[in-house]
Amino acid sequence: MSSPPLAPPGWSRWLVPPAALSVHLSIGQAYAWSVFKPPLESALKLDGTQSALPFQLAIVMLGLSAAFGGTLVERNGPRWAMTVALVCFSSGFLISALGAQTKQFWLIVLGYGFVGGIGLGIGYISPVSTLIKWFPERPGMATGIAIMGFGGGALIASPWSAQMLESFGTDHSGIALAFLVHGLSYAVFMTLGVLLVRVPRTERPVEGAPAAGGGVQVSARSAVRTPQFWCLWVVLCMNVTAGIGILEKAAPMITDFFADSSTPVSASAAAGFVALLSAANMAGRIGWSFTSDLIGRKNIYRVYLGVGALMYLLIALVGDSAKPLFVLCALVILSFYGGGFATIPAYLKDLFGTYQVGAIHGRLLTAWSTAGVLGPLIVNWIADRQKEAGKHGPALYGLSFGIMIGLLVIGFVANELVRPVHARHHIPAQREAADDQRQQPAA
Amino acid sequence: MTSDSSPPPSRRGLIALAWLWVGAPLAYGLYELVHKATQLFTG
Repeated sequence: MSSPPLAPPGWSRWLVPPAALSVHLSIGQAYAWSVFKPPLESALKLDGTQSALPFQLAIVMLGLSAAFGGTLVERNGPRWAMTVALVCFSSGFLISALGAQTKQFWLIVLGYGFVGGIGLGIGYISPVSTLIKWFPERPGMATGIAIMGFGGGALIASPWSAQMLESFGTDHSGIALAFLVHGLSYAVFMTLGVLLVRVPRTERPVEGAPAAGGGVQVSARSAVRTPQFWCLWVVLCMNVTAGIGILEKAAPMITDFFADSSTPVSASAAAGFVALLSAANMAGRIGWSFTSDLIGRKNIYRVYLGVGALMYLLIALVGDSAKPLFVLCALVILSFYGGGFATIPAYLKDLFGTYQVGAIHGRLLTAWSTAGVLGPLIVNWIADRQKEAGKHGPALYGLSFGIMIGLLVIGFVANELVRPVHARHHIPAQREAADDQRQQPAA
Repeated sequence: MTSDSSPPPSRRGLIALAWLWVGAPLAYGLYELVHKATQLFTG
């Protein structure tokens, strides 16, 4: 097993966010998988459901590896985790390149979905606890920067992958070459993270900052036995479900919504709306998580869930009479969606301490996997049933919005139920010190 | 060899390089995003 890389004297903590970003900007490519779908479908004779398989398996593996690999990440440190993420994510592309070249689709599912998905999960949680230790007075901002990178990864990969396919061609050889270049480029890009990431040498890395290890400390094993963990699980799941419901169906939703109005939405305008939502998602990750450092974690989730429910209510009440209002409300909801992801590590740190916050965060991400299924299922299923019933325009989504409001209210109540963790779950100070000793051998 | 009492080396160059490494592709992604988002108002 490897040892966490200790920072040498004078190491700047401002080197750690770019290290984290190099990993998150890479693995965020997962959200741009749709660029490869049409070429794969025509080159390998697949339907839409089949071409979505590598992405779906990758997201399942993200949740599983984050949940089950979290303790290993805590034990072996961020450099080990980033190396595993680099190797898995890049190998996933290389295996997929082989699959595309030999027209073996199962190799693409195995490579991108299974192997690459492990890289996503381990990479996602790899910098969380390290960033919190370096920025104990600004944990929301620090983890927000990294998790913003996951949103930013798709912004980079989407045009980049499309341009590459345009140059190499969309036949199986062109796709294989594109996969190969992705694998090699991401390996080089992520190397920065592996080389730069360091664990702070002391409990108080910056003069004046509160001690990182001070206060309550709860192990990952104990954390999942507390009501606080499950309250936060519900909070995250409800917040993500509400956001993903819009995000997944944004283009057809805005087109359907204003189809009968005096201002119908064209296909290119709908694409612009999707892009704007991505920007709101990313801005929310950094903006709201930074705000959480100022107003507190519980208050910021009151805003995400309470104001989010009001935004859905406004859309449902105003209908197709005000397009700017619809766009504005959707942008606010998506900014809360991003903010919810980015603020949760700092909320966990407030409740359970820094001891095993990465592992606890990994286990909590199963809420994301659940929401990833729940959100699109609700919106798509209801819209299809309403269409069958002969409804159109805003009426297609009214019921979905009502359900989203209900889910956000459930999340709001769960957030209100969060209380400090009972002392019986705290780990003894001696055990924490012994574990720290084991993790910090001579540099 | 550096003695223990010498001040730690300045990392400004490394910090700038690291932020440029991640900032440049992010700026490219944001540029493409803004370009596409304007279609909502012009399309």
